[in-house]
Amino acid sequence: MVGSKNRKLTRFFLIAGVLLFFYAPIASLMVFSFNDSRSLTSWAGFSTQWYTALFANREMMSAIYVTLLVALLSTFISTVVGTLTAIGISKSRKIIRELIINVNNFPILNPEIVTAIGLMLLFSSLSIEKGLITMLVAHIIFSTPYVILTVLPKLRGLDPDIAEAAMDLGATPAQALWKVIIPLIMPGVISGALLAFTMSFDDFVISYFVSGNGVKNISILVYTMSKRINPTINALSTILVVIITVVLLIVNLLPILKKKELRGAE
Amino acid sequence: MRVFGNLVKPYMVWMSLFIVIPMLLIVLYAFTTHGNSVMAFQFTFDNFGKFFDPVFIKVMLKSIQVALITTGVCIVIGYPIAYVIANVDERWQTLLMLLVTIPMWINMLVRTYAWISILSDSGLINTFLKSINIGPLKMMYTDFAVILGMVYNFLPFMILSIYTSLAKMDKAVINASYDLGANTRQTFMKITLPLSMPGVISGVTLVFLPAVSTFIIPKFLGGGQYMLIGNLIENQFITVGEWNFGSAISLIMAIIIMLSMYMTRKIDKDIVQEAQGGNKW
Repeated sequence: MVGSKNRKLTRFFLIAGVLLFFYAPIASLMVFSFNDSRSLTSWAGFSTQWYTALFANREMMSAIYVTLLVALLSTFISTVVGTLTAIGISKSRKIIRELIINVNNFPILNPEIVTAIGLMLLFSSLSIEKGLITMLVAHIIFSTPYVILTVLPKLRGLDPDIAEAAMDLGATPAQALWKVIIPLIMPGVISGALLAFTMSFDDFVISYFVSGNGVKNISILVYTMSKRINPTINALSTILVVIITVVLLIVNLLPILKKKELRGAE
Repeated sequence: MRVFGNLVKPYMVWMSLFIVIPMLLIVLYAFTTHGNSVMAFQFTFDNFGKFFDPVFIKVMLKSIQVALITTGVCIVIGYPIAYVIANVDERWQTLLMLLVTIPMWINMLVRTYAWISILSDSGLINTFLKSINIGPLKMMYTDFAVILGMVYNFLPFMILSIYTSLAKMDKAVINASYDLGANTRQTFMKITLPLSMPGVISGVTLVFLPAVSTFIIPKFLGGGQYMLIGNLIENQFITVGEWNFGSAISLIMAIIIMLSMYMTRKIDKDIVQEAQGGNKW
């Protein structure tokens, strides 16, 4: 039995070690956002001064605004375009389907920096001034392929006759789409939208190359400010970490809780 | 059902404009001379000739080296972790995998920035070492810091990928191996490991690809002088303004990445075939 106990201990320390490695840096970042001094290493007492400084900083507030605006708009547009395209792909001939899927994979397989400079060259060739619009368009472009990729498998599991049946019963194609197909693939659409949102919210590389004229999202701001130690970045980062963690917990725990509730009702 | 087939048409236009044309523009810029006007371009190989300067070749080799070390470290740490998680009670598996994947969703700049205050000369580690009269250790602006930052950022992808292949493995095969008299080590080496290889391979691409092209991690943890291929591209576009040379470097990098992905995929196929062609025993 000694051997098995040792194995259990080894397992425990492996898991504990890797979780410590993942979370200790984030925890220290969050703890020192509440420090009463500029130092990020020695504790001088609790204070929320960096949060006050954060909310008083106009550049930071504008970056938060830009990030949220771009994330919400690009999520909405890429989810609509991606879902409709995925439905179209599933009903297309094989040759068209493969062509679209292959081209669609390009931005996913390519390093972000290559996609970024491609778009930068495109915007400059068309003499479009870099700013909020170019950032938004770029975010829609890089999110849509992921939405398509998330929605497609759901369509594959769909009975092909079901939309046909709806139309035989008098539904127009638009009604069949809106009332039959889309509700059935909703879980895929929602996970596609969540993916699009988090990717846009966290994006740095593409935004950095395609925006300009003082338009900055949170990531660009962190990039330009982090050359010096600055606890305001810690405060901003703490807020970001909390938001993302809460969203992830809700997304992951809701299905489990729902299942439990159903089981309890039975 | 052809009605719905029409839904792809707008995206085909979109895709050509925003995915295909940008790629062609990179190729066009890479093969033309300086001057940012598309209309007045002149064909040249100079941008590629310029890259074969020892300075740039060194940057490329360094990037590949750092990315390979990162990938190796991620396999060595990630495999045992994924293996342990795949073998604990199922309720714990969901929770542990959630804990492993949460960091993936946190902004990469934030995750990398977090290490600066830990590794710097007056950072947390050195403050601790000083209290027990060791150090200070120089960690920031070294290869160590850059590789650590990359492992930190990309390890979750490796764990996730290996875990997925281990979790969907048919447990009956493993039990059969034990029933036929194989011990734990033999079962692992001959059954579990080969069958989980697709997970390792896809983990390798998930780690190597961002590791070879990132410019944030080397900039934050390697300092302004630390040059990897991503930094070189960033410099050409943002600081120097040599878009043609920058495009040529990007093209070279994209080709290297595609080749390495093609090769890993081929290795993957060979291994799976070997694992499935059990008649060798």
